[in-house]
Amino acid sequence: MSIMEPTNISKETLKSMLEKNKRFDGRGSMDFRNVEIELNISNKAEGSARVRLGKTEVLAGIKLAPGNPYPDSLDKGNLMVSGDLTPLASPHFESGPPGFAAIELPRLLDRAIRESGMIDLKKLVIRAGEKVWTVFIDVYPINDDGNLLDVSLIACVVALKKTMIPNLKENDLPDYKTPSKTPLPISEETFPLSFSFFKFGNYLAMDPTREEEEMSDVRINFGISKWNGQYMINSSQKSGSSPFSRAELEKIAEILPQKFDEINERIKNYL
Amino acid sequence: MAMKRKDGRSLTDIRKMEAKVGVIPNADGSAMFKMGDTIAIAAVYGPKHLHPQHMQNPQTGILRCSYDLMSFSVNDRKKPGPSRRSQELSKVTQWALEPAIDLQDFPSTVVDVTIQIIQADAGTRTAGINAASLALAHAGIPMKNLVCSIAIGKLDKDIVVDLDKSEEDFEGGEGPTDFPLAKLANTDQYTLVQLDGKIQPDKVKEVLKLADDACAKIYEIQKNALKEIVEQ
Repeated sequence: MSIMEPTNISKETLKSMLEKNKRFDGRGSMDFRNVEIELNISNKAEGSARVRLGKTEVLAGIKLAPGNPYPDSLDKGNLMVSGDLTPLASPHFESGPPGFAAIELPRLLDRAIRESGMIDLKKLVIRAGEKVWTVFIDVYPINDDGNLLDVSLIACVVALKKTMIPNLKENDLPDYKTPSKTPLPISEETFPLSFSFFKFGNYLAMDPTREEEEMSDVRINFGISKWNGQYMINSSQKSGSSPFSRAELEKIAEILPQKFDEINERIKNYL
Repeated sequence: MAMKRKDGRSLTDIRKMEAKVGVIPNADGSAMFKMGDTIAIAAVYGPKHLHPQHMQNPQTGILRCSYDLMSFSVNDRKKPGPSRRSQELSKVTQWALEPAIDLQDFPSTVVDVTIQIIQADAGTRTAGINAASLALAHAGIPMKNLVCSIAIGKLDKDIVVDLDKSEEDFEGGEGPTDFPLAKLANTDQYTLVQLDGKIQPDKVKEVLKLADDACAKIYEIQKNALKEIVEQ
């Protein structure tokens, strides 16, 4: 994989293809790449998954540990989402302190998961005001071919659905060795999915590859879930400086529910 | 729209706003923007020489934004220095402002925008963007437009404009939603879109309409603040 910036020739080509609703990999502008899921990829984690979206691949692992509640949420467990963009996954990633992409990714995952209400944090209290479970979600991209956010959120969601709470020994120490039969308290109905869109000239498309991300003028993502039978947008962020027009934002909002149903159907087969 | 809010506003009223340009004499441009009890100040320095050199763009000057809360601006003291939150907000602020400015006549330079929140009562990023937009204009940076920013909220099922902190802490029903937006004044171009909460996709249209109305009011306040400094 080259770390060269996209050339003007590729940009011209993409433009002429998007005009005909086509892309380099044969997709139409509003097609999501093929999703493949593998569960329980690390037996030391309380829940884990490997998810591929086209050539993009991400591992997510869930660990649980007893901890102190935050002063402003004494009656709730804690949720911590981290992500590490290591040089393993792309020539674009470098070791050292996190760059902006490595800060933005876990924050967006956190918002989508937290605001959807998928995890019932109130049921993660061990002793009110004193001890609660902290749910650590860690995401590691293995191969970045664009749209790390959407694929990472699928990995987090399917890993959470398979997560077990460890048994507690005396002194509130978790017993990580004996298998637990207590699933994490998560909603049957609600879980979030993310959809990322990019704008290139006057064209709008979803699920960008790395190359498309680099060529794009601006991107935007939406976390969406179903809650009490209704579609709910839980999170969003515009990334990049070009503006979105009102018509573009309304168009995206309109197709989110059908995309949610479509990807939900595809994920269901793996659970 | 019968429901009244704690401070007597209707659901679509913005808080009392106040803007003042030229609050930091050392800066090339500066402004204060107050939205209710939220107070932001912004300073602009530049265009100036950019270090490190590898960040320079020989085709244009660049904008660099830094947003942060003063440690005493919130109930629980905030540890000074950048956090992940402030780094994210610095970046989205930069993205919100960039489409409004044109630095092509100042290649290889940087324009630094520093935003500090003195008093935080929700809507700090939007107050910061409103202040920064004024500070850039005050600094004489070539601008295509002003940027106006407002957060639209949702409390349970009601869409509500410009939440304060007590409203943002609301619990129950569909919960609180924070939907901060910024736009190029008098256009349909949105330069900041963020969201946190629970809102039906078919309500986005209504939210954008309310943001347009609120931004039109903010634009007037910004223009008046700029006129004041010209008349002095």
